[in-house]
Amino acid sequence: MAKKKTASKKTTKTSARASAPSRKKKTSRKTATKKAATKKKVSRSKGSPPVRKEGKILKKRAKSPTGLSTKDRNKFTISRINELATEVVDSSLAEQDPFMEVPTRAVSNMRFNRAKRILEMGSNTQRRELFNLNQARKFMQTLLLAKGCKDLVEVGKTLSLRGMYYKSLHTIQGTKEKTFDEQSESDTILEDIEVTLATLREDLHVFAKKRGTMVGNITVFDKGDEINCRRMGSGGYAIPSICEPNVIKFGKSEAKFVLHVEKDTVWSRFNEDRFWETHNCILTEGSGQPPRGVRRLLHRLHNELGLPIYCLLDCDPWGHYIYSVIKQGSINLAYESERMAVPEAKYLGIRAVDYERCGLSDDVKIALSDRDRTRAKQIAEYPWFKDRRHWQTEIKKMLGNGFKMEVESLITKDISYVTEEYVPERLRQMDFLD
Amino acid sequence: MSIPSTVPATDKTKQPDRKKKGSTRGSTAEEMASRQREISVSEFFAKNRHLLGFDNPRKAMLTTVKEAVDNALDACEEANILPDLHVEVLQLGETRFRITIRDNGPGIVRKQIENIFGKLLYGSKFHRLKMSRGQQGIGISAAGMYGLMTTGQPVVIVTKTSKRKPSHEVVLKMDTSKNRADVVSETEKASADELFPNGSGTQVSIELEGRYLKGRQSIGEYLEQTAIANPHASITYLSPGNERSDFPRGVQELPPEPSEIKPHPKGIELGTLIQMLERTSSTQLGAFFKNEFCRVGPNVAKEICRRAELTDRTWIKQVEHQDAEKLYEAIQQVKIMSPPTNCLVPIGSKALLAGLLKEVEAEFFTASCRPPTVYRGNPFQIEVGIAYGGSLPGDELARVLRFANRVPLLYQQSACCSFKAAMEASWKNYGLTQSRSSLPSGPLVIMIHMASVWVPFTSESKEAIADYDEIRKEMKLALQECGRKLGTYLRRRMRMKRESQRRDVFARYIGEISRSCEAITGTEAGLVYDALLRRAESKTAEADNVLDDEGRVVDDGGALARDGDVVIRDVSGPMDPDEDLFGNSDASPPKKKNAARALKKRAVSKPRKSGK
Repeated sequence: MAKKKTASKKTTKTSARASAPSRKKKTSRKTATKKAATKKKVSRSKGSPPVRKEGKILKKRAKSPTGLSTKDRNKFTISRINELATEVVDSSLAEQDPFMEVPTRAVSNMRFNRAKRILEMGSNTQRRELFNLNQARKFMQTLLLAKGCKDLVEVGKTLSLRGMYYKSLHTIQGTKEKTFDEQSESDTILEDIEVTLATLREDLHVFAKKRGTMVGNITVFDKGDEINCRRMGSGGYAIPSICEPNVIKFGKSEAKFVLHVEKDTVWSRFNEDRFWETHNCILTEGSGQPPRGVRRLLHRLHNELGLPIYCLLDCDPWGHYIYSVIKQGSINLAYESERMAVPEAKYLGIRAVDYERCGLSDDVKIALSDRDRTRAKQIAEYPWFKDRRHWQTEIKKMLGNGFKMEVESLITKDISYVTEEYVPERLRQMDFLD
Repeated sequence: MSIPSTVPATDKTKQPDRKKKGSTRGSTAEEMASRQREISVSEFFAKNRHLLGFDNPRKAMLTTVKEAVDNALDACEEANILPDLHVEVLQLGETRFRITIRDNGPGIVRKQIENIFGKLLYGSKFHRLKMSRGQQGIGISAAGMYGLMTTGQPVVIVTKTSKRKPSHEVVLKMDTSKNRADVVSETEKASADELFPNGSGTQVSIELEGRYLKGRQSIGEYLEQTAIANPHASITYLSPGNERSDFPRGVQELPPEPSEIKPHPKGIELGTLIQMLERTSSTQLGAFFKNEFCRVGPNVAKEICRRAELTDRTWIKQVEHQDAEKLYEAIQQVKIMSPPTNCLVPIGSKALLAGLLKEVEAEFFTASCRPPTVYRGNPFQIEVGIAYGGSLPGDELARVLRFANRVPLLYQQSACCSFKAAMEASWKNYGLTQSRSSLPSGPLVIMIHMASVWVPFTSESKEAIADYDEIRKEMKLALQECGRKLGTYLRRRMRMKRESQRRDVFARYIGEISRSCEAITGTEAGLVYDALLRRAESKTAEADNVLDDEGRVVDDGGALARDGDVVIRDVSGPMDPDEDLFGNSDASPPKKKNAARALKKRAVSKPRKSGK
């Protein structure tokens, strides 16, 4: 335990806080492209259905037992990694082609659970073979990172995604080729390992760069340290990447709801105006597309403390998708939805109608690009938006307007318009989209 | 053949005169008659020497060598002697050369020397239908004439007919007006005997004005190509720069002697038929057809006569002009068997490969020999050989080597039927690049040979084969046959390359994988590594096993391996055993590294059938 503490402290220091508004677009776009890429992968994999089945495929989705102690969880993780490598060794020694079954992380292998109103991962897997020119490198990288994770678990330390990249980065013997060209390569493989082993990233002792901030009427215990979120100054409490109950425990809280805003700049406005104090709430921010830590925290705030979640996001397809991810879970991490999605989250604004309703000036209009339009139509077609009449009108209205708006556009009315009038008004009228 | 023995009565040289003297226009028939006289053939060709290939000094030199070499090879083959030729070009002045060609043939009987070297249109080959290099007996006399005209020097001939007889040296000067040669001097020269170690032979020396350039269309290239098409000949060449080139013998056997055939009825024209009717010694039509033509039996003869409303008993003397015309038409209608084709002696795919192998440095060789067919009643046969890869230049258009009856054709490539056929073939199908209406590009040499009793040249200088549909079709078919084999080879080579790249990729990662596995499971990395490497090798086995020790394809599903007409030379390894088969031991060209590095042999682990 003591060891872990020092590790986490170190990482807190090293990871810089995300700088806000520009970040949002970047991340959300990235998810979109990633999705396209995975889509392609699937169609390719369809051609070669698995031939061998008896006992070679790792047991499916044996969810890591959440209730276990840290020690047992580590044991479990190591046994899973062992299983993976043993398969490879056994089939190699038997002079067979080694392969692993990696669950597909793509739209095709994701279904919307209407009862729970969350995204879930299907049972499709994709075979990753060593003797396939397109997969050989990935195969090697998977084993390399699996080994890295095992090392981490064994010594009981954690590393960031970037740290993991560096840990496994070296030049392949006798060549000039490096094991990884860039961090994004190792990030995807780590996600693959996560789903293949049916473990969580935190169980692999890997965490993402910290992003997201919190402030409000709540006290939390982060690795035993008491943190009073009412006394966080102007910076706020940086939400850690791992927000599991064994790391973050909730203390005393008077808050009645959570207001999640899209990015840092808007959050700062609210914090400076002491919005959380006047309205007795918790104020969070996710620097664009919220990372897992923020989503996990929102999930826990909602489920454990019973706080409703309200989202204040931009009026554009990317803002809509951020809401969708908070509410239903993301396509890429569909297997985590159950632990992260908040199906009851509400969308507070900005609404397409706000241009007229708030009497905004022409200057706040940002013309929709072709990409925006395509994305908006795509989102409207998602099954969890499809049956939402209000959402369909909302997206139609935005497309009809021909422009998008950022939360900051409300500042043109008055510096504190958003905190003093806009949000309180919406809350009072219970005017939000679901 | 239509060489006029006399030219039309209006003498071209006189015409300008007539125009000038506009006033004396009213020449009488008598006056004109006084100016009309016979023109000798030699005079005609002295004026029109471009028709024979003496258009410019450079070409004149080549034509001279070509005519002499053709004659020498023909003579040797007819006398059943393996030809040993010696060609020497000596530079006397800036534009003056002496060309000497010596063979080990049967020699020439003294009294024929003047006729052969001094008379145009004198020869043994015009009046028969037999496959030979020369056709009409113009060549060497024309060369002598050209020499005399440009330098004033006579032709010197040294010949020896047998061991017991002394060598003769004859110096000849052409008399163009009389189409015959005057003997300047004649000596028995015992000292010349050493020129003919085998006891017989002929040497011709012609002094002429010329220009010597190396490279394309040079004497060197001509001899090189001659060596390809005549692997049974050994040629030595001494160039003006005093560089000696040897073209050694590739096969030790003479090609079989071609037989002579009678004309085929479908191959003659009306005029020829009338002429034959006049000259024949037969008295009745039936006998005439049977004796003068090939493939005409009693029944066919009867059928022809019946259709012409005559009988096979009709007396030849009674056949009138219109009867002849009817006969001619009847011949076209009657079904007659194709002419015999055993009169053709193709080079043969084995010898052709031997020729290519010793003169072209490539990696893949194949040859294809079409069955004989007929154009205009003349039997002919097409052979094609191609060589690919090796040290041939890869960024140029393919080189087409054209041959007719074993004689290389160097000029007028684009007018030649074979060139058109090579252009028309769709080489893209065989893995080569080819732009529209051009030759394919790549390291490729295409050799096309036409063997026929009568090769239809476009002109007397024998530079291009006329474009008959039948001929072009045969050429295309042969080219396609070779192309398919090349395609198979190239595709496989690509596959091998891909496989060996694949293996490299796998091998690169196997080390990492086995070490990771050891770290996780504790299984010794070496064990996993070896097992995976074995697996990778068998997965990509096609990268090995493709060439056996002899550089031959052992495994491609069998086709190329069993094909006797394909030779694949492993350029990095030892020479092909076929080299020895063809008796060529001293000609192994320097080994080259090249594009075929992908073919590098690896240790053969396990023989394996190819995947596709």
